[in-house]
Amino acid sequence: MTTSTSSPQDATAEPGAPLLEMRGITKRYPGVVANDDITLDVRAGEIHALLGENGAGKSTLMNILYGLAVPDEGEILMEGEPVEIDGPTDAIRRGISMVHQHFMLVPVLSVAENILLGDEPMANPVMLDRRTASDRIRALGATFGWEVDPEQAVGTLSVGWQQRVEILKALYREARVLVLDEPTASLTPQETREIFDVLRRLRAEGYAIVFISHKLYEVLEIADRITVIRRGRVVGTRIPAETDEDDLAELMVGREVQLTVDRGESHPGEPMLTVAGLHVKDDRGHEVVHDVGFEVRAGEIFGIAGVAGNGQDELVGALVGLRPVASGRVSLHGNDVTDMNPRRLHRRGVGFVPADRHRFGIVLSFPIADNLCLNDYYHAPFSNGVVRDEDAILRYAERLVSEYDVRTPSATLVASSLSGGNQQKVVVAREFDGELRLLVLDQPTRGLDVGSIEFIHRQGIGKRDAGVAILLVSAELDEVLELSDRIAVMYRGRIVSVLDARRTNREEVGLLMATGGREEAADESGTMP
Amino acid sequence: MSDGPVTSETLREEHPPQASSPPKPSAARQPAWRRALRTAILPATAIGLALVVGAIIMIASSPLVRGSINPMLPITAYGALIAGSLGSFNAIVSTLVQATPLILAGLAVGIGFKAGLFNIGAQGQFLIGALAAAAMGISTAELSPVVAIPLALLAGAVAGLAYGFIPGFLKAYTGAHEVVTTIMLNYVAIQIVAYVVSGPLRGASVTFARTDTITSAALPIVIGRDGHIGILFAAIAVPLIAWLLFRSTLGFEIRTVGANPDAARYAGMHPRRLITMTMALGGLLAGLAGAIEILGQTRHMPAAYATSVGFDAIAVALLGRAHPVGILFAGLLFGAMRAGAGLMQIQAGIPVQMINVLQAVILFFLAADIIVRAIFRIRAEGTGVSELQTVTRSYGEQVAK
Repeated sequence: MTTSTSSPQDATAEPGAPLLEMRGITKRYPGVVANDDITLDVRAGEIHALLGENGAGKSTLMNILYGLAVPDEGEILMEGEPVEIDGPTDAIRRGISMVHQHFMLVPVLSVAENILLGDEPMANPVMLDRRTASDRIRALGATFGWEVDPEQAVGTLSVGWQQRVEILKALYREARVLVLDEPTASLTPQETREIFDVLRRLRAEGYAIVFISHKLYEVLEIADRITVIRRGRVVGTRIPAETDEDDLAELMVGREVQLTVDRGESHPGEPMLTVAGLHVKDDRGHEVVHDVGFEVRAGEIFGIAGVAGNGQDELVGALVGLRPVASGRVSLHGNDVTDMNPRRLHRRGVGFVPADRHRFGIVLSFPIADNLCLNDYYHAPFSNGVVRDEDAILRYAERLVSEYDVRTPSATLVASSLSGGNQQKVVVAREFDGELRLLVLDQPTRGLDVGSIEFIHRQGIGKRDAGVAILLVSAELDEVLELSDRIAVMYRGRIVSVLDARRTNREEVGLLMATGGREEAADESGTMP
Repeated sequence: MSDGPVTSETLREEHPPQASSPPKPSAARQPAWRRALRTAILPATAIGLALVVGAIIMIASSPLVRGSINPMLPITAYGALIAGSLGSFNAIVSTLVQATPLILAGLAVGIGFKAGLFNIGAQGQFLIGALAAAAMGISTAELSPVVAIPLALLAGAVAGLAYGFIPGFLKAYTGAHEVVTTIMLNYVAIQIVAYVVSGPLRGASVTFARTDTITSAALPIVIGRDGHIGILFAAIAVPLIAWLLFRSTLGFEIRTVGANPDAARYAGMHPRRLITMTMALGGLLAGLAGAIEILGQTRHMPAAYATSVGFDAIAVALLGRAHPVGILFAGLLFGAMRAGAGLMQIQAGIPVQMINVLQAVILFFLAADIIVRAIFRIRAEGTGVSELQTVTRSYGEQVAK
């Protein structure tokens, strides 16, 4: 990355004077106080992290800042002047730009078109001034050492690059305050490091940055100040040097949290899942899992680590009956279950927590109760084969809701009324309940808050101790390292190594993930793919 | 940066019921009638607005007809509309008769919505059902009504089922989108009717292209001036379909496939089978509607059978929020407008086509529900809006097995 000295922003802003200030912001929704007297400021040349669990009120606060919601009380000040922000366009005009967690990009449009969208420079009343725009975008990218091709379609870019486009979009509009909502949620560790470099550069150039996250170590690494909110209130502001993960977690959750689960001793028994010579194709018909073989024993957690997109999705799909096996053999407790459908697998004691819970795990528009019996709705006691037994369904649901600590006033509420963590608890409750032999956990804690992660990890350990074989697939290296007994590293569709979790470390696994064990350096260029 | 897609998701994430926060008054926890009321707000508002727009059109166009502006015209017109549909026993019966095919075909479209399908083919299924019933009715002219009527109704239902099965099968196993295939099959149905009625089924005793009059298979009048026994089928179909959708295991599967096909597949359901079955069931209902209309109302089949029941059924299903009870009320409303239109023309001089305008405006406000919600500050939550996104979703998607 080249270091450019050109600074489009006023880096000489007096340190200490907040560029943006939100004072006493209160926002009530029927039955909920989403923001309760929140005060937050950010200075030029500062990264201010906003930390809080899902549903703590972060998004409401940012919607207010972006003019999407009107606060009931409180005021917003830019450079000490009170302002009323009247919608996103106004916010952008005042120099506030937001990079959303789910990118607001149009995949079929080019990089330049996406950046121009909403603020198109005109060469004449009819035609866009593409050339000037492209030149400016290229130059802007060059200040970060990015070789940007303004004509490339955004849909063809990697997630990391799409995020860069989002940032360029903000900078192109001459933002001074940048708000990044969970910017690392879908990035690889490598991409996260890169985005952190970018943020540090922006800080050096005098931008004010609000960094929203619920990942503690990231916040500690990047932020100058950390404000923690819980249930709509500011519960504390910290400086990274004077705090640590445990302290932040406690602030965030409101009680002491065990960040690393005490996994205890495992007592692996007989082989439960045996995979041999497995080949699987992706949706386009390309083989993406090559000759994979491994064994998961009862009472053992077998982790699969790997950068997203190295064949894990397809491997899991094949194991749980959602994707046909091209060749090879899968057996469960000695019985061949290759290509068996999900329902028959479930009957044989296979539970599956999918990575994309909104796609496979949950029907958002259905009541929690219906979601809890989604695997077993067709047989007794939930149905006599023709008619549903609503009472039995509700009784069962109420038991699971309390057993798995799903925070909801009623099991008859629709699943979309739950927070992400509680939605995942619904999936976990359904898949963990009953007689189990094998659990396939695919990114079981992705996007969840610390409280829910802790809960799900404990449940997993509990099942392991009960003699269930667990296959854990995760792109979160820490999660795999913490929970697994053995770790397989997947690289380009192959298992390149199986390690004993007690005799390996972050660096070894990370290197295997990035290079597959070969000495070649990972592809880390600043050029668009 | 657009403001459209930003809020819905972020705001929703913002209000999970936390253990300590007061439980929020949610749609699902309210008593059933409160929930029903919430769901009815948007359709009711749309109807109200449509009546206002209709009134404006009547007043604005009155100088063209009478030479002077007549601000009282809408009152006369709507008064006649109500008198013609509810004003007497026979008027009410007439409303029921008009509503019957709309309700049945509306259920055909509505059940499709529940499965994530947009069945535009109710019109074709209706025509094929009508044709089959007419054919059976004519060939059973010698038999006793006790045999002829069930046979003719059955023929209509089975023919409709088969005609609905085709787009369902194509959607499930080849990915051909049902909107495209059903529209095309509607044209095919028109041509089939024209060919069969002007050819093999053409009546010997009639001068223009139509079938002979149906005699023994004609549905008996059991109530009022024209209240045929077919009304009963609509009355039975509504609770039956409601039971199927909300109480039966099959209905749960249909709704799951509609709400989330991937989750349905993982839950061990068979989306392909269910999609085919739902379209066929829709076809059966629409076919039955056609059969009842022919056997009970027209009692013969013209080669150029002018009807729009299958298309109006889409409006009925949308207005009824794809819920059987909603469809019942929507069907009754549209039926009442049809029953009263004649009196409106006579008494107020407003052409019967005015009801098509009203229907169109209702649909407009339903489709543009954002406008209605913005004007009246109705929140989207709990109004059943999300269930109707079938129209824009899943276009061209392949159904996984």
